[in-house]
Amino acid sequence: MAAVHDDHAHGHGHEHEHHGPPSGIMRWLTTTNHKDIGTMYLWFSFAMFLSGGVMALTIRAELFQPGLQLVAPEFFNQLTTMHGLVMVFGAIMPAFVGFANWQIPMMIGAPDMAFARMNNWSFWLLPPAAMLLMASFFVPGGAGAGGWTFYPPLSVQMGMGMDMMIFAVHILGASSIMGSINIITTILNMRAPGMSLMKMPMFVWTWLITAYLLVLVMPVLAGTVTMLLTDRHFGTNFFNAAGGGDPIMFQHVFWFFGHPEVYIMILPAFGIISEILPTFSRKPLFGYSSMVYATASIAILSCTVWAHHMFTVGMPVTAQLFFMYATMLIAVPTGVKIFNWTATMWQGSMTFETPMLFAIGFLFLFTIGGFSGVVCAVVPVDIQVQETYYVIAHFHYVLVSGALFALFAGAYYWLPKWTGHMYDESLGKWHFWMSMVFFNVTFFVQHFLGLAGMPRRVPDYALQFADFNMISSIGAFGFGFSQLIFLAVVLKCIRGGKKAEARVWEGGTSLEWTLPSPAPYHTWETPPVIK
Amino acid sequence: MSSKAAATLLGILTIALYSGLGMAAADPYQLNLQAPQSIIARETYDQHMMLLWICLAIFIGVFGVMLYSLLNHRKSLGYKAANFHHSTTVEIIWTVIPFIILIVMAYPATKTVIAMKDTSNPDITVKVTGYQWQWGYDYLVGEGAGISFISRMSTPQAQIYNTEPKGEHYLLEVDNPMVVPVGKKIRVLLTANDVIHAWWMPVFAVKQDAIPGFIRDVWFTADKVGTYRGQCTELCGKDHGFMPIVVEVVEPAQYAQWVAKQKAQSAKAVVDVNKVFTLDELKTEGEKVYAGNCVACHQANGQGIPGTFAALDGSKIANGPKAEHINIVLNGGKAGTAMAAYKHLSDVEIAAVVTYERNAWGNTAGDVVQPSEINAFRK
Repeated sequence: MAAVHDDHAHGHGHEHEHHGPPSGIMRWLTTTNHKDIGTMYLWFSFAMFLSGGVMALTIRAELFQPGLQLVAPEFFNQLTTMHGLVMVFGAIMPAFVGFANWQIPMMIGAPDMAFARMNNWSFWLLPPAAMLLMASFFVPGGAGAGGWTFYPPLSVQMGMGMDMMIFAVHILGASSIMGSINIITTILNMRAPGMSLMKMPMFVWTWLITAYLLVLVMPVLAGTVTMLLTDRHFGTNFFNAAGGGDPIMFQHVFWFFGHPEVYIMILPAFGIISEILPTFSRKPLFGYSSMVYATASIAILSCTVWAHHMFTVGMPVTAQLFFMYATMLIAVPTGVKIFNWTATMWQGSMTFETPMLFAIGFLFLFTIGGFSGVVCAVVPVDIQVQETYYVIAHFHYVLVSGALFALFAGAYYWLPKWTGHMYDESLGKWHFWMSMVFFNVTFFVQHFLGLAGMPRRVPDYALQFADFNMISSIGAFGFGFSQLIFLAVVLKCIRGGKKAEARVWEGGTSLEWTLPSPAPYHTWETPPVIK
Repeated sequence: MSSKAAATLLGILTIALYSGLGMAAADPYQLNLQAPQSIIARETYDQHMMLLWICLAIFIGVFGVMLYSLLNHRKSLGYKAANFHHSTTVEIIWTVIPFIILIVMAYPATKTVIAMKDTSNPDITVKVTGYQWQWGYDYLVGEGAGISFISRMSTPQAQIYNTEPKGEHYLLEVDNPMVVPVGKKIRVLLTANDVIHAWWMPVFAVKQDAIPGFIRDVWFTADKVGTYRGQCTELCGKDHGFMPIVVEVVEPAQYAQWVAKQKAQSAKAVVDVNKVFTLDELKTEGEKVYAGNCVACHQANGQGIPGTFAALDGSKIANGPKAEHINIVLNGGKAGTAMAAYKHLSDVEIAAVVTYERNAWGNTAGDVVQPSEINAFRK
């Protein structure tokens, strides 16, 4: 993905002298270039994606048959906890920040991110946080094992692995806040002349809204984990009923962060899909302004629905009803998006390259995840499916076939721009179809398991759940190994391949397609003028 | 894409059709919620079916259009792209219609939520306490008041570790089930001793978190006699997957018999706290208590799990002064450790298990802890 050549001196003919970036490791440690930093974010998140994937496959291997075969129950709980944290904070979120770094300056005609040095720091906070998380497996007591939501009092019982997790969350949060401030400032201040807010590409819009959400909720998470830390070590009783606290308060504060967090992971995905569908339909995005309004409504509503994660804690009836109605309301703007995308494709002139396939896969499966989301919003039904495999199926439909599929779609879409080479189309299609089939084999059956009564976060299960669990495990291994195809495609694309043109895709209309491929190390030193 | 879409549609249709059949609980291919056994569970089941059908209709509508487009509006067929990009009328219509559909979904749900919360006028009130990792049942009000017992999973470790064939109710069987009469309104008060647990009985659509330091209540009225099974559904540590719930619903006459039997047993079990036991009596009893409460963490050989659960064999506490040992068993370990409080065990049980721990494996404290000491310690 590295665009190594500093050829803008030829391209632009500025008078002052330019030095190329330092070479070797120092280039990556000291870089303030948004493209380098974007590349590092993407590689980091892919590495975390593979680590989280290994944890997931260990979980599915244990669940292949009833009985305990491979791992002890306490290690199983560590795996489920770390799988969630690594995928959410290590894989999905940094990957979207990687896309933001690469694409936002190129799409709005800015030379770089607003705070270039802070950008470097936001990235370099991630590896120490990841190391803290991974190292916690090897300390006495092992990693945190309270689920990725680490509810007290259970999380107060854990060993020092939990403290390492808390510090890792602090660091990741600081990185996210800095990244968001950077993105907000860049978008609001560094757009090319003539690019009004309502002319920005949808990807930029969704990231602007996401960045505001991050700045709003990340400090809340930091506060929550700090209270947990002082409860653990300094004798406070925020979450301890015996000392006048309330364990349920943790859940309220956690989910005040946690629910916007799921939209933080899906809104930029909406943005990527909104770029890809018009390109391959050769037709403008349908309802651009309603898309912007829908995204903003989703973001605002997402801050008022947190307690739908807590329908079984025993809230007053009015609270249950309020959170049910508010949650159902989110289906309206989300529905608008699905309809707009369908209308974008309608009477287009479609072709089906890999980015388009992943985008259609996204539409199809994300909608299923949306439906199960509505089912989960209805309190009586949610009380039945809460903390079961139904919920596991639901959020993997929105996070894997939602966020992750959108990330793959975006990667295939922009890889030629980043590397200057076309990726291998047939390998890309293999990646898509394998992912599509195995994803559904893994997760569709989990709806049945949950409805029939299998709780989540259990290392062993009753005999009637055996067959579907076996199917699900087979699917998981298929899905996991299919991701290696993606690695192969990316490596192959970096090394060579058909030379990519400036306008890689016939239907691409945003600014990055007017730049040469690969995009030069410095772009838009002279901003383009948008008419 | 198109063939995949068709296949998935077919799959969803099949599921929707099958799910109406309400299969038996232990069907390995059960696709839907378990057959409901209470009014709330029936309403929940019906609402879930309604949601499923509405979602299916929308799915067919939206993806029908998309499928048509995918098949026909292709560049490879020479289709030229149109250039429309918005239509306020259409956009208003598809904002309003989902809104109306949601109201249709929310109306019955609202009624059920209100009914679920009505725990007034119960026939029997039972307090259920979550422990790591077992359930305690205390019958507080109504027929059977005063009955109190602990309910543990009865599946042997050998089945879990695959050295014995697994039984029919593997992981879903307990030593002492909760027993309730059919057709009576049962109010369940929930709390927990250590961490948050959740009490789930799928056939009654009851799932309520058990929160340490707080009491929540839920209710159910069983429609039919039978044995119903559920599990803890809030991650509560190592053996979260191994704390099942069994409710036996019986005829009122049979319930009266059960109550009489329980009362007789507890009368027999009342022991004078001042009775003096021998070391061997306490060790034998203590081994049983240990197997029921301690073995999950500290292990049968007293070695614990290094780094996670402390070893008792050779430990300072088990070989040190009695008072400290009694204290940690009664009141739990320091904040921040997994050692729970076992105040809910009887004086005899605590005395027995402490004596056992001080004289088992390599521990040779040699002293005997009598129930009277525990009784005194509690004060």
